Amino acid sequence: MKKLTGVARIWRVVILLIVGFYLLLPLFSMAEFSTRAGADGGRTLDSWAAIPTAPDLLASILVSVQLALLAVLGILVLLVPTMIWVHLRLPLMRRPLEVICMLPIAIPAIVLVVGIAPIYRWLSQFFGSSPLSLAFVYTILTFPYAYRAIDTSLRSVDVNTLAEAARTLGASWPKTIMGIIIPNIRNGILGACVISIALVLGEFTIASLLNYETMQVVINLLGKREGQISVAVSLAALIFAFVLLIAIPTSGKKQEVAQDGA
Amino acid sequence: MTQAQIVETGSSQRGAGFRRIKRWLPYLGVVPFFVLVAVFFLWPTYLVVTQAFVADDGSFTLEYVKTVATEEVNLNAFRNSIQVSAVTAILGGVFGGLLAWAVANGRNHGVFRRATLAASGVFAQFGGVMLAFAFLATFGFNGLVTLFFADHFGDTILSNPTWLYGIWGLCVVYTFFQIPLMLIVFLPAVEGLRGEWREANDSLGGSTWRYWRHVGGPILLPSFLGAILLLFANAFSAYATAAALISQGSPIVPLQIRGALGSEVALGGAAFGKALALGMVLVVGVVMFGYVLLQRRVSRWEQ
Repeated sequence: MKKLTGVARIWRVVILLIVGFYLLLPLFSMAEFSTRAGADGGRTLDSWAAIPTAPDLLASILVSVQLALLAVLGILVLLVPTMIWVHLRLPLMRRPLEVICMLPIAIPAIVLVVGIAPIYRWLSQFFGSSPLSLAFVYTILTFPYAYRAIDTSLRSVDVNTLAEAARTLGASWPKTIMGIIIPNIRNGILGACVISIALVLGEFTIASLLNYETMQVVINLLGKREGQISVAVSLAALIFAFVLLIAIPTSGKKQEVAQDGA
Repeated sequence: MTQAQIVETGSSQRGAGFRRIKRWLPYLGVVPFFVLVAVFFLWPTYLVVTQAFVADDGSFTLEYVKTVATEEVNLNAFRNSIQVSAVTAILGGVFGGLLAWAVANGRNHGVFRRATLAASGVFAQFGGVMLAFAFLATFGFNGLVTLFFADHFGDTILSNPTWLYGIWGLCVVYTFFQIPLMLIVFLPAVEGLRGEWREANDSLGGSTWRYWRHVGGPILLPSFLGAILLLFANAFSAYATAAALISQGSPIVPLQIRGALGSEVALGGAAFGKALALGMVLVVGVVMFGYVLLQRRVSRWEQ
């Protein structure tokens, strides 16, 4: 993009300062709040040290991590092959698939949970009351974001030509998909997995209203009793998610632009 | 037509049937995906839409829908929800849009851009409950800002944190995740503005104002309005932050639904919840329809 003029540069700094202040103040407050040592104004890390001893917290984190991994598994064995298959063999299904994948944005989780409660009551006959059964609905909740990430990758490489070449040279369909297509859209798949992990670890609505103890549900309960510890855990979780997301390879758009300019 | 195809066409009735099966065979590949979506998404959505009209004894009734559409407490919840969504969509849209411009004009692969995008992802799609705690630590009863104002300025609005638990509190907290969402949604559009357009404007003697009035503005407008609608739907659907912030009372629709689900044992509680949910589906449906229409205009520009 073109170099900014002097006035525009000042505007840019002003905007960054104002928005930055608004976005960073609550985070700073969390750090301040969670390190208070009583009324005299001293500092302590006691609340942070108490995180591992908070009741149910570690168990719930384990549940949430397992759910995140199951959702990633769902994306890898269900969404990725389906998307590739539709892209290569069923062009007529492309539009319906996109609409279906985007629908979870249009149907709020709070609405979905109303309709899904009876289904989970029925499901508990098979899975007991294991919170891991949430993986089914969580996988679907990740579809809009995962679809976008994978679709961008699929469009940026000419998968049809790649597949044709592989097929002409005698590769089977599984071999073509596993050996040729997937390595070429690796970045998209990786991005889809990371965003899905963040999404599942952060999900509260469905778990809370179906009475499953996931990380968010326990953090919320903790907030009612142990204010400082819950704020410490929240900040830790936010930082963790930030580290996770910053590891995503930068999205395609910018790279294309850079290549065009080169 | 190749030799093999001619031979096949000429083959028996059974061969034709086999070919038809063969043509449909690839569709088997998408069956598992659609089964999952049907059971855990389409079916529950169908339940919400239809069960809102079913009374406890299984007969058709308009009672629950009528209750939602006429009782003041429910109407008020919808009004509040729409107000919070509209206010935060516009605030988030304006500030997020400006932020997108500021980020787009930074260095392409800089650390700042990467960190801003990652942080936006965290706030917009992960934060929920944790954002509520962030604001409690800031503006709550023992929050940093609350104590600061109480100590230095005495009795002001900010020294008395009850506002945080009301509609305007929700607006302030929701804007916190709306700005980052706007950045994520709107940044590609801002980055789609070509430097050449600006240069053409400048070399033809156009001012900055002229550029934004006649070139940049009109090109970005459909994307901007679309993003605002998306933000509206996002705030309207949000539950986690409000639930963690407000444990008593139900000023907005998602919290009303929480109340209805909690009292499911009461007669008609479930159907009442579904009627509220149906109302939400209608509002979000209208908004998303507008979004799709705008999106069509946007993709015309991107070609």
